[in-house]
Amino acid sequence: MVNLTVNGVKRSFDGDPEMPLLWYLRDVLRLTGTKFGCGMALCGACTVHQDGKAIRSCSTPMSRVAGSEIKTIEDLSKNGLHPVQKAWIKHNVPQCGYCQSGQIMQAVALLKSKPKPSDQDIEEAMAGNICRCGTFQRIRAAIKDASGEKA
Amino acid sequence: MSEIQNISRRGFLKGIVSGGALVLSVQFAPMVAWAQKEQGAFPTRADQGKLHPSVYVGIDPDGTVFVIAHRSEMGTGSRTSLPLVLAEELDADWSRVKIEQAVGDKRFGSQDTDGSHSIREFYGPMREAGATARLMLIRAAAQQWQVPEAECETEPHVVVHRRTGRKAQYGELTMAASQLPVPRKEELKFKPRSAWRYVGKGSPSYDLTELCTGKATYGMDASLDGMLYASVEHPPVLGGKVKSFDEKGPLQVAGVRKVIPLEPFTPPHAFQPLGGIAVVADNTWAAFQGRSKLNAMWDDGANSSYDSDAYKKQLQETARQAGKVVRNQGDVDAEFGKEGKVVEAEYYVPLLAHASMEPPVALADFRDGQVTVWAPTQDPQGVQEVVGKKLGIAPEKVICHVTLLGGGFGRKSKPDFVAEAAILSKNVGRPVKVVWSREDDIRFDYYHAVAAMYMKAAVDANGKPTAWLQRSVFPPIGSTFDATAQYGGGGEMAMGWTSVPYEIANFRAENGPAINHVRIGWFRSVANIYHAFAVDSFTDELAHSAGKDPVEYLLNLIGPPHTFNQQDSAPGQKPDPEGYAFDTGRLRHVIELAAEKAGWGKRKFPKGGGLGIAAHRSFLTYVATVVEVEVNDQGEVRIPRVDTAVDAGTVVNPELTRAQFEGAAVFGTSLARSGEITAKNGAVEQSNFHDYQVARMNDAPLQVNVHIVESEAPPAGVGEPGVPPFAPAVCSAIFAATGKRIRELPLSRANLT
Repeated sequence: MVNLTVNGVKRSFDGDPEMPLLWYLRDVLRLTGTKFGCGMALCGACTVHQDGKAIRSCSTPMSRVAGSEIKTIEDLSKNGLHPVQKAWIKHNVPQCGYCQSGQIMQAVALLKSKPKPSDQDIEEAMAGNICRCGTFQRIRAAIKDASGEKA
Repeated sequence: MSEIQNISRRGFLKGIVSGGALVLSVQFAPMVAWAQKEQGAFPTRADQGKLHPSVYVGIDPDGTVFVIAHRSEMGTGSRTSLPLVLAEELDADWSRVKIEQAVGDKRFGSQDTDGSHSIREFYGPMREAGATARLMLIRAAAQQWQVPEAECETEPHVVVHRRTGRKAQYGELTMAASQLPVPRKEELKFKPRSAWRYVGKGSPSYDLTELCTGKATYGMDASLDGMLYASVEHPPVLGGKVKSFDEKGPLQVAGVRKVIPLEPFTPPHAFQPLGGIAVVADNTWAAFQGRSKLNAMWDDGANSSYDSDAYKKQLQETARQAGKVVRNQGDVDAEFGKEGKVVEAEYYVPLLAHASMEPPVALADFRDGQVTVWAPTQDPQGVQEVVGKKLGIAPEKVICHVTLLGGGFGRKSKPDFVAEAAILSKNVGRPVKVVWSREDDIRFDYYHAVAAMYMKAAVDANGKPTAWLQRSVFPPIGSTFDATAQYGGGGEMAMGWTSVPYEIANFRAENGPAINHVRIGWFRSVANIYHAFAVDSFTDELAHSAGKDPVEYLLNLIGPPHTFNQQDSAPGQKPDPEGYAFDTGRLRHVIELAAEKAGWGKRKFPKGGGLGIAAHRSFLTYVATVVEVEVNDQGEVRIPRVDTAVDAGTVVNPELTRAQFEGAAVFGTSLARSGEITAKNGAVEQSNFHDYQVARMNDAPLQVNVHIVESEAPPAGVGEPGVPPFAPAVCSAIFAATGKRIRELPLSRANLT
């Protein structure tokens, strides 16, 4: 039995402890904002927060999130939009949008650890998140904007 | 091509609406076919609008305007921009427009969202639908007020009669308007350009907030109560068949319900599923796990001889031989026979995979002889046909809901994966969602064709070609529908090959034969990719060989502004659509604009830095791209800046158009840097983003500046045309920076130290 908290709700899971968190979120809890992209932690579409840190849920087995607090895009902001989401909207970041939940969760975690990230910080933190539509330029601008810097 | 007609839909609408019996529709099929289509049509909210003068729009008495998005949304913005065109001519308040995604249904006209033609093809019909509803509202108000119709005008969502100061909301006029006959096309009055509120100014994506909050629904997110999940083990080689597998292994995995062999396809493979073995389970993970226990053995069949290295040599060898002539003027052979300088070069672009972020996925629910599917498809009518045929039911018995697409790039115009879901749902008697893994996506794509090009030019004392020969060889998309097809089709030849706009007296374009061994399909900008790579790279080579500036050389090669239709120079080849003749003046203009904005000829670069330019017209849009590169001592390439000039005619949504060209630069970066699919013993060797790498933030251009030309020409494509010039511009920039000429992609194969 794996006990955890997902978006503030206590949950217990008694299935295969090797099942990645991604599929528990998507198929069991039906929290589909977190996306499946590669299953190998190569693309970042599945990024969620474990105790405030960005992790790849596609490659994190349930056994490794026991006792953790998991936060997904659905619970990023209780009231209205998170500043990062506002910046994403202001800069018209998404094209197809499929990777953007992961991008946003990754950016939120970055700004939490580095409120004023440099260009280098942004590239390093975001390099694990692929966007096949190619919205990187706008992602960079939105992160700078959310950090209070003029993009 | 799309003629609006009055069509009585009384039978169809019975029980749904009381008024608005006359409905406009776009006619793409004979009237007889319409009657049949109406039987199986799926009613929309727009159909239920009190005023419903077109399949694309319905207006409620409270003023809510329902606009149908009948094309698929994969990030290009047509779901927003086409309704915006309708709202413009309706003079609607955009905030009161609700967009409704259409199911697959021929009454909406073509829904096959590819070829960058959503705006081009439906700009007119959307304007007509909006103007029709607006005229009916105006007439209803004029009748009520007993004033001449000509004295009435509109403000957003309101009809106004200025002389008497009267106003009426659209919503309150819907009842009276719905009693009026639908006006003929000739009666419609369109807003003057100067009065446009939306077109040319644009609007962010209709779904923007949902896209940023995880609330948007993609195919991957579709769900039904009681649904099961499936994963399919496909034959590793195209045309392979199952020899044996372990049925018990998967069933020992908790949550696995059933193991189902799938029939192999009957050639040609077209859009049929590949066959293989499906594992159906309670969740995706269990299905994946179960599949890993299948221990399947295969009879690989004839394509197991396919080896990318040997195949490449074969293509290159073919490209050195005379091929089928697809355009010919003057006498290149005579010119080559003369004494003088001749330049030759060979180019190569490998197979490429689409790798949209959302892998193929579909949910199907088969019951009572019909199936309802939810799929991220570019072509819902294609889904109806393919699924209908596979299940032995009429296409009308396939209801195809189109979800948002997590990228498409051409992959999702093929509904093979949707048919898998439908077959499995019918088999298990429950809704089934088929989820392709990334490995499935990379290994079983409809690949962008591998191509070899041979180029030869005789040049005069100024370095200008007096003769030009170009030959391309690639397995054609036609091989997907006809296993014997070996030559490029008219569509492929028209893509940057027969349309080369240079002023050269002796010119010959040829195409050589190639046999396919994997599925070949459309990929963002299609044959333009390898054709532009060869033509634009060779142009740059000739410029340098002549000691000329590449921009000046290119402009000189194009010559003075003139227009021509492809058929003028290549009889029998695919013509440009009416109103879209090739205007070399527009091509010249984007070249000059991109060069100017990039500071061409005005900037000094340190060692390893330089600019390259390429210009290409595709999907009727003129694009020139200047790429700046920095190559360090380790041979690593960075792309600090890109300047792209675009003439796409009338641009509906400039902000989303800019985004398409920014994205195209990244897409171009991916294929230039690392895009390569290879096969050994017939099986694709790559499987995921570690061995099929696509651009990440640190590989992508740092800054892409998109310069859109103001134009009143009819609208052209924007989703694809940014891609073709990118790779040749990068390679020309690398040459400018290092003196090293790249003739084969991807760059990861080149040594730049």
